[in-house]
Amino acid sequence: MAAVQDGPMELDTEKETKPEILSDGTSKLSGNTASGTLSSSPLTAGGAPKQEDQQTLIAVLQFLRRNKLSESVEILRREAGLEDQEDSQTLDGSGGGKGDRDGGEANSLLSRVSITSAAAPQSTLTPITVKRANEQLDVSVVLSAYSQQGDPSLYQVYYSGLKNFIESVLDCHRAELSQLFYPLFVHMYLELVYNNHENEAKAFFEKFGGDQECYYQDDLRVLCGLTKKEHLKGNEVLLDFRTSRFVLRISRDSYQLLKRHLQERHNNQIWNIIQEHLYIDIFDGMPRSKSQIDSMSGSFAGEARREVNKVKVFHGLLKEPEIEVPLDDEEDEAENEEGKPKKKKTKKDSMGSKSKKQDPNAPQQNRIPLPELKDSDKLDKIMYMKESTKRIRLGPENLPSICFYSFLNAYQGLTAVDFTDDSSLLAGGFADSTVRIWSVTPKKLRKVKSAGELNLIDKESDDVLERIMDEKTASESKILCGHSGPVYSVSFSPDRNYLLSSSEDGTVRLWSLQTFTCLVGYKGHNYPVWDTHFSPFGYYFVSGGHDRVARLWATDHYQPLRIFAGHLADVTCTRFHPNSNYVATGSTDRTIRLWDVLNGNCVRIFTGHKGPVHSLAFSPNGKFLASGSTDGRVLLWDIGHGLMIGELKGHTDTIYALKFSRDGEILASGSMDNTVRLWDSTKAFDDVETDDFTAATGHIHLPDNSQELLLGTYHSKSTPVTHLHFTRRNLLLAAGGYSSQ
Amino acid sequence: MKSKVGYLEREERRFAEVPRESIKLMAESTGVELSEEVAALLAEDVCYRLREATQNSSQFMRHAKRRKLSVEDFNRALRWSNTETVCGYGAQDALPFRPLKEGELFFVEDREINLVELALATNIPKGCAETMVRGRAGTGSIMPTAVQSLSEDLLKYYQQITRAILGEDPHLMKVALLDLQSNSKIAALLPYFVYVISGVKSVSHDLDQLNRLLHMVKSLVQNPYLYLGSYVRSLVSSVMYCILEPLAASINPLNDHWTLRDYAALLLSHIFWTHGDLVSGLYHQILLSLQKVLSDPVRPLCSHYGAVVGLHALGWKAVERVLYPHLPAYWANLQAVLDDYSVSNAQVKADGHKVYGAILVAVERLLKMKALSLTLAAGGGSAGLPGTTTGAVGFRENSPGLSPPPEPLSEPPLGIASHLQAGGAGCQWEEWTPVSLPAMYCELYSFFGDSLAVRFSTDPPLGGAPSSRSCQPLEGRKEPASGAPNLENTRKMPQLTASMNISPRQDGSPRMEPQPPSLAATVPGRSLARSSSSSSSVSRSRSSSSRPGRSTSQSRDIFPKARFPLPQAGPPAFSFIIGGRQMGRRCQGRRFQTSFTPTPPLNTLPPRAYAHKLPVIGRVSKPVRRWTCSHYSLHLPL
Repeated sequence: MAAVQDGPMELDTEKETKPEILSDGTSKLSGNTASGTLSSSPLTAGGAPKQEDQQTLIAVLQFLRRNKLSESVEILRREAGLEDQEDSQTLDGSGGGKGDRDGGEANSLLSRVSITSAAAPQSTLTPITVKRANEQLDVSVVLSAYSQQGDPSLYQVYYSGLKNFIESVLDCHRAELSQLFYPLFVHMYLELVYNNHENEAKAFFEKFGGDQECYYQDDLRVLCGLTKKEHLKGNEVLLDFRTSRFVLRISRDSYQLLKRHLQERHNNQIWNIIQEHLYIDIFDGMPRSKSQIDSMSGSFAGEARREVNKVKVFHGLLKEPEIEVPLDDEEDEAENEEGKPKKKKTKKDSMGSKSKKQDPNAPQQNRIPLPELKDSDKLDKIMYMKESTKRIRLGPENLPSICFYSFLNAYQGLTAVDFTDDSSLLAGGFADSTVRIWSVTPKKLRKVKSAGELNLIDKESDDVLERIMDEKTASESKILCGHSGPVYSVSFSPDRNYLLSSSEDGTVRLWSLQTFTCLVGYKGHNYPVWDTHFSPFGYYFVSGGHDRVARLWATDHYQPLRIFAGHLADVTCTRFHPNSNYVATGSTDRTIRLWDVLNGNCVRIFTGHKGPVHSLAFSPNGKFLASGSTDGRVLLWDIGHGLMIGELKGHTDTIYALKFSRDGEILASGSMDNTVRLWDSTKAFDDVETDDFTAATGHIHLPDNSQELLLGTYHSKSTPVTHLHFTRRNLLLAAGGYSSQ
Repeated sequence: MKSKVGYLEREERRFAEVPRESIKLMAESTGVELSEEVAALLAEDVCYRLREATQNSSQFMRHAKRRKLSVEDFNRALRWSNTETVCGYGAQDALPFRPLKEGELFFVEDREINLVELALATNIPKGCAETMVRGRAGTGSIMPTAVQSLSEDLLKYYQQITRAILGEDPHLMKVALLDLQSNSKIAALLPYFVYVISGVKSVSHDLDQLNRLLHMVKSLVQNPYLYLGSYVRSLVSSVMYCILEPLAASINPLNDHWTLRDYAALLLSHIFWTHGDLVSGLYHQILLSLQKVLSDPVRPLCSHYGAVVGLHALGWKAVERVLYPHLPAYWANLQAVLDDYSVSNAQVKADGHKVYGAILVAVERLLKMKALSLTLAAGGGSAGLPGTTTGAVGFRENSPGLSPPPEPLSEPPLGIASHLQAGGAGCQWEEWTPVSLPAMYCELYSFFGDSLAVRFSTDPPLGGAPSSRSCQPLEGRKEPASGAPNLENTRKMPQLTASMNISPRQDGSPRMEPQPPSLAATVPGRSLARSSSSSSSVSRSRSSSSRPGRSTSQSRDIFPKARFPLPQAGPPAFSFIIGGRQMGRRCQGRRFQTSFTPTPPLNTLPPRAYAHKLPVIGRVSKPVRRWTCSHYSLHLPL
């Protein structure tokens, strides 16, 4: 306990002394040479007088390193025996009687550091010194591998030293450098825990835990429970934190500032961490503002590296199959008449593209092999076109009507809902492992007759499709049993012949809506499968689960075609891009990733959510993506540029449902807070000015205009909104289970 | 294990922690001695593991789209981390967490449950209704409201409405009912209204109140904004009460409880047709309870009346299923009442006539609808040729299950009932087999005689169909095999009269007793002698109906008889009955020998037989039993 008590005291003194020293020594230029000698001070801390020898040794080491003669480096190091000695010495120092000696060390170090740090803000260093500093740093990196566990009691000193530095820099840099706090804090804490310095870790947490950004509170709560090395092993999330690199985006100026500071203060511990666990994405240009940074941060692993979002994404829509037009012509004249406005509409839909024929952003038609259209599909397309001519044009002045489907008596717990595209069927997944299907129209659900009965049917008759149905089985709803755990998502195939359901039991099941039986159980995820979604063209589907991967399947393959791995935590939701070439996944790691179906690459990483992402929706034209999370915010993304382009604040609880209207003018969001909100998505997309700079850097200034974009809020009394769906005529259907609590 | 987890306040406490004392205690309870150090370590680890499991379980809650972490979620987290789950805490309701007075000890209250008591408890747990989806539209403004606690306004509304409806002012009542019919915001009050309505049992003496309550039901049922859900059951039971129960109000003959029953029956059918889908098996249940009442001879006639009008209101299929097969048994009962001319029986007899009338109406519609459905089913294409039509009709008739006829005049083609029946095990009319229209007509004719025929022929044709249309199937069915009569069929009237002439001739009886059936009771002496023959004749009539295919050319003469009254309503009926009596005795046997098909003459018998029975039978059960016995002996003469 003594050490713990000592720690804060020392730090207090530091705090008092440091500003003075800083103000005193601002004009000193001798820092260069001093830093050269001081950089090795940890090595010589034991009091060995052979400084020169050491310096030569170090120089040799550096040479060898630069020439990648790692073996020689090792040998030399072993022979010299420097580090080991030093380490053991420092270890002794820390392990043995700390007390005064520690304090003395800290103080001496502090004084040295503070002298050098005086030079940092000057920023008048010549290139040579910078280079030299780099060399020095290289060395320290090498050494750090051995001095990994520095004096645990010094961690607080290091951290507060950095904190003081960052707080003292110019405002424009402060915000950027503040990003360092959280990852450094976590890593230092974990390192303490990892090295069994439980008390120090606790003290460290106690002292600096409160400084972190509020959106990290959830993680910090997990973190503060961890005090034992053994616990670390089991905690995968934190293991990830250690193994994956936290990405920070910092402007070059700020970075230089930081580097100089650390070099001059010989703050190896922190530098090591930065080198090892952080990835600093340096960009040229203006440092970002606090709000810009805040809007992008929040995920487990920091922001996305810029280069990952540079890949071209073909977000345009596929050409509509030509078949429809002749089919339309074959129909009577009126049919043809109706066909025309539809064309106009599609032109409107794909705002960016000039004509229906060739969207420059569209992928090649056969980039992903798609199933051929069946006759029934063509009929359905025609129906769709007919319907869409009667579609209501929505806008801020013309809001959709909402029809709310409440699930009553769902004591078993409604977990997922889906509508067919034509809004004729409604499926609900329940926590009691069942899937129930209701017919929303007066048409009842009928099974196909049994094989024996089917044999008796005249197969040539025109109404054979009608005859194969068993009238005796007609009912308003059907129950599908097969899963052995809660069903977390359901998804209808576009042709309404199949239904997918994913469950806690680790399987995705494919059900036939002709026979109302299970056709296939797709086993691959060995953990709960949180979401599954059919491709807009059928055949393919994607699933994502607790095993942190999303998988792409084809209905006729029992093994996945692609495995999309990269998320650091559960994949909570999955959606297909309207052109079926991409898959978006949202995760508990608070990122959204876009994957290329063709090659399985991750082509976009969107960060900015402050909580697990639970809903995704592509705009009908394929250009934009909306995502909702537990923090109650909806974020809008430009897929082509890889930018966040909007933030919609208003919900007070997890957003479980998002849907664009058929023409993309309205975005509807449904949440646990029992509301449906409508947003003006046209305005949200138009308001964003995407000039070259923002496109290049990805630093966008988000207008805080949620209130202007919010077109309406509709409350249900006690029914959380689980699903939203726009009918082909733009009537909004919402669904949720009535909860009596 | 978790029952005694203590929570210590510590300075740096961020979580609830399990103190080492608890760990030691638990260890001791399993017979392990722990050192202080080990206990401390264990305690810390336990804390951490618990926290970890709780954190992991929260994702199951999130994905189940709940706000409340359940034991199930926690157990799932444990299961996925390969840990044994905690059993016994699956209750949906939160268990109360109580502190102990002495100090920092908290525990979950875990009361003992008496299983025996639970098993023998008579109260049925609530809230096991079927999961369902209901859609409500709001035009961008208001979302539907679900059940909620009553606001002040609603309470006021409820009081006003109930007061207005049950009050004296008819105008107020009207207004209140209208509002109840159209108010969209009273969903929360529904249970209250249903409760008020269930009060019918307590006001069975007050026709007025009963009427008002029924009106209330009607308003609720008609309100398009109300989702009745399982309350339908409750409403139906209230309405059924009004239909079937021997209301206290019925004691006074001056009270017009008949109208109330009629109204309730109408309401029942309305509820059923508009909300029947809300409760599975409702139709089935209603039919069963109606049947039960009908077959219970102890029940007063007004109950029987209710059952009949109820069946009638539920549609002709219900009548066909329940009333028709039950009629032979019931008829005897009814006749006994009608034949009792004692003064003391006057009131009962009047009631009996009511029932008689109700049955007649129901049966009449049954025949008409059946005929109509058959005509429609036969298809319009071949309507011109009677021969082909009859053939088609015959086929359809015998196998109605194969292709349900198109709904005639919005009557249900057993839509709901049929699948319910498939599901409902061992229901009483499982063995019910459809009876062909001619056979049915014959049998019914045997009960009602020409009063049925009168109604049948004089009424304007249904559904705007030409009269020939509606009648044709009837005739056609009479002679499906014989080609000759077809010609006559087309010319309806002449043939009818002609065949009427035949039957008395066949009897060869000179006697003409111009008595209506009921008057036949004036000759009681005959009854004793007749009892045996009458019973056998009943059986024969049955046999005829069960073998409809057999009815051939002979059947012609019965049908015409039925038709007979067309030109002159009353008189022919009398002569006919007398002739029948004769025939019942003697000609019957003779006929059998002479003609190949026995059925048609049989059909002519029953009316007489029953007509005769009128004075004779005082007891209900006997004839029925005899009938079942004779059912077998019947085959001997054939």
